Amino acid sequence: MSFDLVVNVLIAGTLTGLVYGLMALGLSVIFGVVRVVNFAHGEMMTVAMYAATVLFAMLGLDPFVVALPVAAAFFVFGYLLQTALINPFITRPEHSQFMLLVAVAIVMVNALLMVFGPDARNVQVDYQLDSFEIGKILVDKARLYAAAAAVLTAGGLFLFFKFSKTGKAIRACADNYLGAKVVGLNVKKYYALTFGLGCVCVAIAGCAMVLLVDVTPPLGPAYTLLAFVIVIVGGLGSMGGALLGGVLIGVSEALAGLFIAPSAKSMFSFGLLILVLLFRPQGLLGRR
Amino acid sequence: MNKQTLLLGIFAALLVAFPAFAGNYLLSVATLILYFAYTGQAWNVMMGFAGQLSLGHALYVGVGGYTAGAIFYHWGIGPWAGLWVAMALCVALGVIIGFLAFRFGISGVYFALLTIAFAEFTRIGFDHLDWTGGPGGLFLKVAQRDTWDVANFRGPPLMYYYTILSLTVFAFLLCFFLLKSKAGYYWQAIRENEEAAQALGINTFRWKMLAVALSAAMTSVSGVFYAFYYNNLFPEQVFSIGRSIEIILGPVIGGVGTLFGPILGAVVLTVLSDSLTELLAAIGWEIPGIKQVFYGVVLLAVVMFLPNGIWPAVAKRLRL
Repeated sequence: MSFDLVVNVLIAGTLTGLVYGLMALGLSVIFGVVRVVNFAHGEMMTVAMYAATVLFAMLGLDPFVVALPVAAAFFVFGYLLQTALINPFITRPEHSQFMLLVAVAIVMVNALLMVFGPDARNVQVDYQLDSFEIGKILVDKARLYAAAAAVLTAGGLFLFFKFSKTGKAIRACADNYLGAKVVGLNVKKYYALTFGLGCVCVAIAGCAMVLLVDVTPPLGPAYTLLAFVIVIVGGLGSMGGALLGGVLIGVSEALAGLFIAPSAKSMFSFGLLILVLLFRPQGLLGRR
Repeated sequence: MNKQTLLLGIFAALLVAFPAFAGNYLLSVATLILYFAYTGQAWNVMMGFAGQLSLGHALYVGVGGYTAGAIFYHWGIGPWAGLWVAMALCVALGVIIGFLAFRFGISGVYFALLTIAFAEFTRIGFDHLDWTGGPGGLFLKVAQRDTWDVANFRGPPLMYYYTILSLTVFAFLLCFFLLKSKAGYYWQAIRENEEAAQALGINTFRWKMLAVALSAAMTSVSGVFYAFYYNNLFPEQVFSIGRSIEIILGPVIGGVGTLFGPILGAVVLTVLSDSLTELLAAIGWEIPGIKQVFYGVVLLAVVMFLPNGIWPAVAKRLRL
């Protein structure tokens, strides 16, 4: 096994990991503010992926072009979901919230199955098979663009939370529910806004991911688990942690696929998760 | 005799007499209901009584079923012996998970995710374990359905029905006495407020461990039952998170922490699921996924409008 191959796999793993990271960032932001674990996260991701394949098949639009309208639609969806379903549940026990989102996930994944059937779908654009060559190192164009989209979105979100007035208000709600209410913030509205933003992350990650893998309905639950692993490893509620966790999982999956067996790749992710939970339960970059 | 005991007696008598007037189809539905009732009851010990949310109970079903199944498959040793090995293994797993989690102060969502992680980890492990057939699955020789071979637990559907009925009754009685015992009160104290319980001098670590171990032991039995009733085990099926959710649905729909909740929830869900299948077949809407969409919508409605489950609402109506 050559050194170049390992480097290539490492780079590919890192780039895919950044897209994973953006997906997980959505989960992390939602948990960090609303304190609800979105058990329908991967299912939302597959909905975005299907949306990209449909728009590609019907209008021939590039997934990066449709990412914006899909993100807008997802924002509205997330806002409404939080307002209508989840806001009444924020004071209920965890297992109750869990069942609510599991029900949403079951409806989503099976609605996809009803509409699209069990066959895999994908998009085919001309740059998908191209790659940049730097010496012996090959970087897939599609993978690089997908990772760039993920980094840009995550950066934008980070700046929004750090500097905008709304972003500060959301952080206030996350910090102290009662305090935010006392100073006159409409906490539930900001929760809805946050859920919408989390869904935007998922939408863009989904549109980018569809360039890298084929989409089938069972991918939904698999991505939900993957997003959990990533945010726990990185730190639930930490934005940088989600990206770091995504890259770690992306790289470990790629290396496990190379050295052991592709089917064993998630065993490494779960092994990493168990280790992190035991020795640093708040995650690598998380605070408790 | 009070009203509750009387109703319970009538209910039990009906269940014992049930096979006399039910066909094979109804008997299989009833067996499935009791299977979920029993497994739900086992989960309820951990979550409903002690407040520790496990989302990975498929782990114990799978390990239990695989252990007894593989022992029978390879060495021809029947489940009455294999059961104890399966139970010991599951208790060991539960103790490991519980020890790691509780020692390191992991609770709530984090604990739930840890249980998922262990189940998934084991699923992938079994995918690569050749001794149990790997991803291709483990197949037990299908039973001769007309003779009662009790020693090897092979026989007609009736045998499985009475077995799972006895298990469900046993679990119900066990939980009934547990709730009234010292352990039950300690567990409920921990569930309601762990810090307060600790302040009162309860060794919360020990009692939580007991709940996990007991729940794992009970669930391993339903795994053994599953293996010998269905005769085939696939890692993708028995360990998947979908299976863990299935186990939880009954008690959550019926009422977490109640004695009747898991039973009522299993009845409602299985009857709903089977009648949906029949109904959709009758009107020719057999699109894959449509049944689960209905299922999800019903679940959503119950979770939204009956937050404590169906049983507390029913019990209030019946003034039990």
